[in-house]
Amino acid sequence: MKTERVWLAPVLSALFFAVFVGIWHLATVKPVGEVVVDPEYAALIGAAAATGGQSAMPGPGDVASTIWQHLRDPFYDRGTNDKGIGTQLVYSIGRVLTGFALAALVAIPLGFVIGMSPLVYKALDPFIQILKPISPLAWMPLALYTIKDSNISAVFVIFICSLWPMLVNTAFGVASVRKDWLNVARTLEVPRLRTAFRVILPAAAPTLMTGMRISIGIAWLVIVAAEMLVGGTGIGYFVWNEWNNLSITNIITAILFIGLVGMVLDSLLAQLTRAVTYKE
Amino acid sequence: MPGLPNPFDPKVKLHRGGCACGRHHSQSEHDAAHREEQQALQERAVEGAVMRALFPEDVERRRFLRAVGSGTALAAISALFPLGFAKEVFAESTGPLEKTKLSVGFIPITCATPIIMAHPLGYYAKYGLDVAVVKTAGWAVIRDKSLAKEYDAAHMLSPMPLAISIGAGSNPIPWTMPAVENINGQAITLSTKHKDKRDPKDWKGFKFAVPFDYSMHNYLLRYYLAEHGLDPDRDVQIRAVPPPEMVANLRADNIDGFLAPDPVNQRAVYDGVGFIHLLSKEIWDGHPCCAFAASREFVTGLPNTYQALLKAILDATAYARKPENRKEIAGAIAPANYLNQPVTVVEQVLTGTFADGLGNVVRDPERIDFDPFPYESFAIWILTQMKRWGQVKNDIDYGAVAREVFLATDAARLMKEVGLEPPADPAMAFSVMGKAFDPAQPEAYIESFAIRRG
Repeated sequence: MKTERVWLAPVLSALFFAVFVGIWHLATVKPVGEVVVDPEYAALIGAAAATGGQSAMPGPGDVASTIWQHLRDPFYDRGTNDKGIGTQLVYSIGRVLTGFALAALVAIPLGFVIGMSPLVYKALDPFIQILKPISPLAWMPLALYTIKDSNISAVFVIFICSLWPMLVNTAFGVASVRKDWLNVARTLEVPRLRTAFRVILPAAAPTLMTGMRISIGIAWLVIVAAEMLVGGTGIGYFVWNEWNNLSITNIITAILFIGLVGMVLDSLLAQLTRAVTYKE
Repeated sequence: MPGLPNPFDPKVKLHRGGCACGRHHSQSEHDAAHREEQQALQERAVEGAVMRALFPEDVERRRFLRAVGSGTALAAISALFPLGFAKEVFAESTGPLEKTKLSVGFIPITCATPIIMAHPLGYYAKYGLDVAVVKTAGWAVIRDKSLAKEYDAAHMLSPMPLAISIGAGSNPIPWTMPAVENINGQAITLSTKHKDKRDPKDWKGFKFAVPFDYSMHNYLLRYYLAEHGLDPDRDVQIRAVPPPEMVANLRADNIDGFLAPDPVNQRAVYDGVGFIHLLSKEIWDGHPCCAFAASREFVTGLPNTYQALLKAILDATAYARKPENRKEIAGAIAPANYLNQPVTVVEQVLTGTFADGLGNVVRDPERIDFDPFPYESFAIWILTQMKRWGQVKNDIDYGAVAREVFLATDAARLMKEVGLEPPADPAMAFSVMGKAFDPAQPEAYIESFAIRRG
C-alpha cells in the first residue's frame, strides 16, 4: 500500500511548481500596446516606456533563458568586475567556509569549557547574551574600519555570526550529558581528558552538529548581504551589480542559485549529524 | 677591530637587518626610508631657499625666529607663501615608476568616464601602469577602502576629499584632489506622476534622494530649493540613497525625485518611471561633480607613479571632451565590467541627444562635459555650502584648504606635459543661478543667503 504512493509527493511538487509558473506567466504577460510616441523618441527609451508604461517584471521564459545562459558558461572572466556566476559562487562559498571553520575552531573548545564548568558558564553568560543578538552586518563598518581589508572583514562577519549558535549549542550539549554516564566514567577512574573525548564528545555531538547546521545556514544568509556591502566578488556582489542594472532576470537567477547552494550546504551538515547520532 | 664586524667570522651576520645598510628589516623598508629621506631633504632645500629669499641677511632671520618662535614663523610664512606647493613643484617627474600595479576604485556612473575608459582604451597602459579599476558599492565604502589603502586612488565626489581633509564625517586625513572628472552631467528627475508639478514651489513635502551627504548633488539641490524659497531641511526631506537604488525607490514610490548622477536619470526615463525636470547645468553651468582623488601620502610617497596616473587620466579626459569620441566611449564603458547599463542609455547621456521622459527628444551637447582642472574657487564654493548647511561648524581657512586639497599647480603642469592648455587663473569666478560668487569673500557669500543653518 505504502510503496505505491512513493511517486505521489514528487508529482504534487511538480504540480505546485507548474501552478506557480503558470500564475507567474499570466501575471507578467506583456500587453501588446500601441507605440504612443514618435519613432525617434521610442528608439531612445525602453520597450515598455515606449508604450506608455513602466518596464515590467520578467516572465518565467525570460528567467529560464537567462539561467541557461549562465549555466552554459559559469566561469567566464571578462575583467575585474565581470565574472561568471560560478566563479562568484566559489568566492562566496570560500568566504563562508573560512569564516565558519574559524568560528568552529573557537566555538567548540570554548563551548566545551563553558559546558563543563558552571562557573565559567555563569561568568561568560552576560557577554554571550549581549553579543548573540547583534546583527552580524552591524559589525561591518567596525570591521572595515579596524581590519582595513574588505575581504577579511567579510570573513570576520561570517565568523562572528557563525560563532554564537555553535558556542551556545556546544555548551548546552556538553552541560546536558547524562550524569549517569559521567558517574560511570568516574567510577571506572577514566582520566578527565579521556572522559571528555570518549564520553562527553560523542554524547554532545548531535547537539553540537545542530549548532553547526544553524551556523552555516546563518552564514550563507549573511554572506550575500555582506558582499552587497563590500562589493568586489561573490554572489552578493553579483546581485548588487545586477540591481545596478535593474536586471530582474539576473537577480531571480542569482536568488535561485543562492537557494540551491544553501540547500546543499544544509543537507551536507544534516548527513553529518545523522552520522554522529546514536540510538539509546 | 671594533665597529665593523669580521667578515670571515661564520657567526657574524653581514646582512644584519636584511637590507644593504643593516638598519632596516628588509630592502623595501630601506628603500621607503631612503625615499622619505630624499623627500625630506628636498623639502628642506625648498624651505631653505624660501627663507634665504625672505631674509637676505641671516642675522635678521635668526632675530626674527628668536622673537616669534619657529612654529609661528613657519605658520606665518606658509600663509604668505604656499610652501607645500613649492615643494610639490620642485618634485618634478623624473625617476622610474615606484609601483606599476595599482587599483583604482570607481562607482558605476558616467561621471567616472575618464577613470573607467582609460582602462579599455589603454591610457593606463600607455603610461606603463597596470591598473585594475574596481567597481565599488557606495561612497562610504569607497572612502573606507581608500582610507584602508586597498585603493591607491579612487573616484570620489569632489566635496569628499575636502571633507576627509578637514575631518567632516571622518577623522581628518590629508587628502588631495589632483583632477576634476566631469563638469555638469547631473539632473533633477521627478516621478512621472508629478508631470504637472514643474514649479518647485509645489514641492512642499517631497522626498528627495541624493547620492551622499558630501556631494555636489546635495549642495546643488539645496541651493536650487532654497532659491525657490523652500527650506531643504524643513519643507522637504533629503536623504542619501546610493545611485543604483534610486530608480528602484522612485518606482516603488518611496521618493518623489532625486538629483542624481547619470546614467540614473536617463535610466529612470528608459524604464518609464520618471522624467528629467532640469539638467544640473541649468543651475550652475560648468559645475564640477566627481573627482579623481588620492591620499597626500600617495602623492608625496610615490610621486612618479602619481604623475603617470594623473597624466593617463588627463589624457583620457581630453579624449572624452571631444564630442565625436563620445559614441565610442559609450560603447566601451557600458558593458557589465564597467557601468553595466544598456548602451543607448549611456550614449544618450554622453552625446546629449536624449529622451526627457515627457515625449521630447532634447539635444544638448553640453549635457555632460569633461574638464580636469581643479579650480580652487570650486573648492571654496563647496566649503561655503558645507558651512551654510551646518556640516562644518568651526571656522575654516577657505583659501588654505582649497590650495592643500585641489592640486591646481600639479594639474596645470601635467596638462602642459600631455599637450593641453591649462587655464590661467585657478581662482576663476562664476555664478550659480545668476548669483555671482566671489571666492575672495566666502563668509560674506554665506551671509547673503536668507535660508541657511546656524
